[in-house]
Amino acid sequence: MAESEIEIVVEDPDAPAKNSPVVSSIRTVDMVVSVLLVAFAGLMAFDNWRTGMSWSFDGPQAGYLPFYLSVILGGASLYGLGAAYLSKTELRKSFVTRDQLRRVLQVFLPTLLFIIAIQWLGIYVASFLLVAGFMRYVGRIAWWKSVVTSLVFTAAMFITFDVAFDVIMPKGPLEAAFGR
Amino acid sequence: MEAFGLLLQGFGVLLTWKMLALMMVGLVLGIFVGVLPGLGGPNGVAILLPLTFSMDPTSAIVMLSCIYWGALFGGAITSILFNIPGEAWSVATTFDGYPMAQKGRAAEALTAAFTSSFIGSLFAVLLITFLAPSVATFALRFGPPEFFAVYLLTFCSFVGLGREDKHKTIISLSLGLLLCGIGMDTVSGQLRMTFGSTELLRGINFLVAVIGLFGVSEILLTMEERLALRGHAAAITLRTVWKVWRELPRYWATLLRSSVIGSWLGVTPGGAIAASFMGYNMAKRFARDPKSFGTGRIEGVFAPETAAHASGTAALLPMLALGIPGSGTAAILLGGLMVWGLNPGPLLFVEHKDFVWGLIASMYLGNVVGLVIVLTTVPLFAAVLRVPFAAIAPMILVSCAIGAFAIQNAMFDIWLMLLFGVVGYVFKKIGIPLAPFTLALVLGNRAESSFRLAMIGAGGDLTVFWSNGLVGTITTLAFTLLFWPLISALFERGRRLLVPVKSGRSGRA
Repeated sequence: MAESEIEIVVEDPDAPAKNSPVVSSIRTVDMVVSVLLVAFAGLMAFDNWRTGMSWSFDGPQAGYLPFYLSVILGGASLYGLGAAYLSKTELRKSFVTRDQLRRVLQVFLPTLLFIIAIQWLGIYVASFLLVAGFMRYVGRIAWWKSVVTSLVFTAAMFITFDVAFDVIMPKGPLEAAFGR
Repeated sequence: MEAFGLLLQGFGVLLTWKMLALMMVGLVLGIFVGVLPGLGGPNGVAILLPLTFSMDPTSAIVMLSCIYWGALFGGAITSILFNIPGEAWSVATTFDGYPMAQKGRAAEALTAAFTSSFIGSLFAVLLITFLAPSVATFALRFGPPEFFAVYLLTFCSFVGLGREDKHKTIISLSLGLLLCGIGMDTVSGQLRMTFGSTELLRGINFLVAVIGLFGVSEILLTMEERLALRGHAAAITLRTVWKVWRELPRYWATLLRSSVIGSWLGVTPGGAIAASFMGYNMAKRFARDPKSFGTGRIEGVFAPETAAHASGTAALLPMLALGIPGSGTAAILLGGLMVWGLNPGPLLFVEHKDFVWGLIASMYLGNVVGLVIVLTTVPLFAAVLRVPFAAIAPMILVSCAIGAFAIQNAMFDIWLMLLFGVVGYVFKKIGIPLAPFTLALVLGNRAESSFRLAMIGAGGDLTVFWSNGLVGTITTLAFTLLFWPLISALFERGRRLLVPVKSGRSGRA
């Protein structure tokens, strides 16, 4: 039957290669996260101890439950640290390969810039730049396509949120110039 | 039949042009969300939640729940045509759905998936219609100790029954509960864990965390995979639909079994993912020729889809009746209830009849309309995948940022969202489950205040949690579930001591 033919094909030319070198094993990351969690638990436990973690006549004080939660979190993370250190399976599995890390940073860094830009340019202008820039530089999509798509998307967002639903968003000089 | 009368009233609320339009919008958006990789039910609902802030609660929940139904339908499309599960709960659908597509039976597989989804959720909605009101009436007797016991039961069942490493579930739960505590303590008014920051005074908003954990992290995860795809295209004709539907009665046992499994796992915090696998495995186990599964059997599509949809729908039962969500998406809807100024819990059935019955009626109508939409427009939605991910990813990120900001109008929340995105990405890769984290974030404050109210009521006496039969049973059950792995290990050892060595391995896998 004609239906069995493959009809939709999307290529991904710079997909992460299978044999890309491993940057870090799951074990290493698991151990780092466990240490961070232990530190976080310690900090929280200290703060709650300061707030008051004892049992007064009518039940627990404000810091009582969070204090013991930090203790549980710290305990479980310490256990996790040991378990990860001893784990053979986690050692063998890759957390991220170099190619994968490159791709993840390709999204992460633009997002970071986008959030910084929101504070100066407002969310709509920043969105336009993110979508157009990402499509052009990461997706290698033609200039005009990127700009038009981004413009349509941003305008649709503006109309939905600002005009139709009155949701307040951070705005910048451009919106001010149009008096909105 | 009081429920029936109220349900009719619910349909009355629903049958206005505005509501029907909102339902359609919700369903179409939901199917998009389900089809697109890197966007799932929970984050779709979380991102679109801000749109509903200015709506009345009934319209809001109808639209959001329709997004959820749409996402449940949409997940099947990519699993069958592209062998890419758009949602985790449609992984099991690929096992037989994709082979069917390869054999040129894509249209049949899709029809089977949509129809069984419909049957599964219909089963669960019937359950909700007739069971939820009685559960809610029963729960009206609950005081703070009972509520705390129920919360405890929910948390403990995650630890005891979850498949992940126990310590990782505990980390996830305790971290979520701890983050909930940041800000002002609602009982004493004291500030805690704010470290003098005015931003932390507000506390960590649950929805901001969800958008980061599910939306942003999913984009990061999707990017590192190979995004190339090759798939089949299919249009469903009336003849295919008729052909599949005529075969349906033959599979009644599979459908019923999956519906029951799905509803059970949906009510308990097991979730649609577990349900779809269990539905598939059970169908395989009960089949006369289990080996033919995986080669493109229609039953292999019926079983997981029915279970996933039944579970996704049934997850709303405890949310409506008790204020305890049975799934991640239900947790977000619950977060929505609080934003719209409703107090989740059994009183909802008394104080907001229109809201509850409007929602239940919309489940019926939404699934019927959803079925019609997906059956008629599959080629359109499959074509959505032609849109390059490089265009979709930044748009999703922008929607996430807008969503995170809109909740409390705080720039800080956008940063928090990014942080949670990274946390979600790392947690998913090192195997710390996110579901307990989400649940802890949404229920934490309520659990704490019910604990402390119970303590104030009992003068600080912990035995209040065993003070009557009801609360005692729930609390004991909670602890049993918490230590379930230990208990079952003990039983196992005991049995091995009793049984002679000769009988060999016990059948437990």
